[in-house]
Amino acid sequence: MNMIKTALLGTAIAAVATTSAMADGHACAIDSGRISIIGNEFPAIQSVSALALECAAGAETASNLTADHQTLNVAGMTGNPAEYTSAIVANSSIVALINEDVIQPLDALVAEYGADIPPHQLITVDGNIMAVAFMANAQHLVYRKDVLEQAGLEVPTSYEEVLAAAEKIRADGIMENPVGGAYAAGWNLAQEFTNMYIGTGGSFFEPGTANVTINNAQGVEALEMMKALTAYMNPDYLTHDSNATSAEWEAGNVALMNMWGSRTGVLMDDEGSAPEVYENTAVGGPLTVGDSGTPATTLWWDGWTVAKNISDEEAATTFQALAHATSPALLNDETMSQAVWLMEGFEAQPVNEGVLASVAAGSTPYPMVPFQGLLHSALGDNIADFLQGNETAEQTLADIEAAYTAAATEQGFLQ
Amino acid sequence: MKHGSFFWFVLPSVILMILFIALPIVSVVTQSLYTQHEQVIVTVENCGPFGCTEAQSVDQEATQALRDAQPLGKFAGLDVYKDRNHLAITDVARAWENSDSFRGFWNTLMNLPFYGALSFTLTYTAIVTPMTILLGFAVAIAVNSVARSLRGPTIFFSLLPMIVTPLVGALILFWMVDARGILGTGLQWLANDPTLSVKASTPMMWIMLMVYGTWSSIPFAFIVYYAGLQTVNQDTLEAAMIDGASRWERIRYVVIPHLAPLTTFIALIQLMDNFRVFEPIISFQAQAHARSLSIAIFTDLGGETRLLSSAAATSVLTIVFVAILLSPVLVRTWRDFGTSK
Repeated sequence: MNMIKTALLGTAIAAVATTSAMADGHACAIDSGRISIIGNEFPAIQSVSALALECAAGAETASNLTADHQTLNVAGMTGNPAEYTSAIVANSSIVALINEDVIQPLDALVAEYGADIPPHQLITVDGNIMAVAFMANAQHLVYRKDVLEQAGLEVPTSYEEVLAAAEKIRADGIMENPVGGAYAAGWNLAQEFTNMYIGTGGSFFEPGTANVTINNAQGVEALEMMKALTAYMNPDYLTHDSNATSAEWEAGNVALMNMWGSRTGVLMDDEGSAPEVYENTAVGGPLTVGDSGTPATTLWWDGWTVAKNISDEEAATTFQALAHATSPALLNDETMSQAVWLMEGFEAQPVNEGVLASVAAGSTPYPMVPFQGLLHSALGDNIADFLQGNETAEQTLADIEAAYTAAATEQGFLQ
Repeated sequence: MKHGSFFWFVLPSVILMILFIALPIVSVVTQSLYTQHEQVIVTVENCGPFGCTEAQSVDQEATQALRDAQPLGKFAGLDVYKDRNHLAITDVARAWENSDSFRGFWNTLMNLPFYGALSFTLTYTAIVTPMTILLGFAVAIAVNSVARSLRGPTIFFSLLPMIVTPLVGALILFWMVDARGILGTGLQWLANDPTLSVKASTPMMWIMLMVYGTWSSIPFAFIVYYAGLQTVNQDTLEAAMIDGASRWERIRYVVIPHLAPLTTFIALIQLMDNFRVFEPIISFQAQAHARSLSIAIFTDLGGETRLLSSAAATSVLTIVFVAILLSPVLVRTWRDFGTSK
């Protein structure tokens, strides 16, 4: 008798749970198929992945969230059946998956299971839906309110004003190296150049081709501005990636920097820094350079894809679980401030203001072209030579073009 | 040994060597001779949360046909070896013609990625290998003369740099030489220059990398020499003492000749290891100041678009250079082997 009671109670609870899920409008009880996610590792992606796996708890589930995801995702999706049924990517990293043809167009799945997904979340390439975006990111100004007040300065809106403010802060003896930035040789340095070059109004390639065109007046202007900024940075700037730059900020050594929106939460919380630092940390909009009017920053989205070499059942499981995980069901008090979410119901938090300002200012998205990654690598390998004063800006730009051209020829983009 | 039994005796190791050493090298060489097919590029409209933009994309269907026909890629022969990111034959030839001085030619050459990486790699190998052998020998002699009761702990202590994981060891040193670290501040005080920063100066960074390289491989030379010291003939040493040889003379005329074959062995291993210098550059975040051939391979494979052929070509060039470096030592070993028969 007791046993029957317990069993009945269990059924009742299950029924209540199902009803409430139904009431939410997002039935999520997938109990067959397989979902295996690979993606970068930061809080927003961890939340999405956790909810997707919870939703598909009845199916075969796995996730591999790591900073090295880019070196694993293509290899893990090339086999048949693919090891990963979904890769969480950004607008730079999706092109590698499209180039290798390892992700499938989602049009049929969206028609069948994704009626709730708002159109602005759908990433289309040549009319085919290739990914579903769930968050936005950008780099923008982060500044110390107290330091600017002490030096009697307005919040800068351009890099020219940043230079002037840095000079004043140094002259007043408040800080020796008031400017920060992720200028570590490699990916970070290339990203800073990409921002600055877009800000000068330059274009990376001849329209419609893979021929690089950065050795021009805008390229020189971008490099000169970067070099001018480094004069106000810690002399070790070429070893400072985003993590080290954030640490410098939390140590109270920096008053102005261009930083990722997704990292401002860490700078403004009460962990890892003194109250005078985190209480006075504020975010501004994107910075401009020169008079082109285009902000010197790039917009980024993070989104999920579905692998090509998997069964229809696995694709359906993966799609439904991730669609649920990036629906309003994800949003709660804990996840709300983790990112600038793209789904309905998102309420902007103070830490998100910079990214939203970057979007509002009409910033340019990071270019989604197949050969941008090759140029990024060439930039990361060569810019340090100029910043260290070993060669002229023109020579550095010529070196970058030559390194890119050799790589693009090998990859078949150039003949 | 009969030829038959010799064959069966070595067969397992021959099979393993072919499987795990020869075949991967063959595959790398093959890879380096092929490049990606011509990619058919089309202009498409991409849309997302930030609106629509015109962009280029690879026409998968058109490219797929080429890939299916020749899955290895397009045969390029030695083109990858000759391009600017490797041997840069045409750039070097042009620089040779256009430079009015050797210095100008040298600067152009060092600006090419492969030769820049090669110059650091060779300098590193040329300095770290002899330093390791000399200091390893000195440590071995010192430990060997320590009282027996203290020898165990001393050996353990001397082996520590090898026990510490290379990445961790390098990271600790990296933080210590930071401008705010204990060694960095110490150097500023010594040089009386408060703006001195090891991480910002190329020569200082090279010295740092070489000091770390020597520090981390001394234990290897030490332990090999220490084992060798245990086999030195005590009678000969005593005879030398009776003849009035000083400690230095005993080391010079008895110990060093006895350990000569070990020096060849250590030199071989260290030349190979040092030529493939990699971890210190990563841990010291020194890519802006020093690039080695291994770092070049790593960046080729670590980018958003993997450059497999380029990485394979650099690997083959590394193997060729290691073979050239080792050839004097190998020839010598071969000759010794021939005469002792």
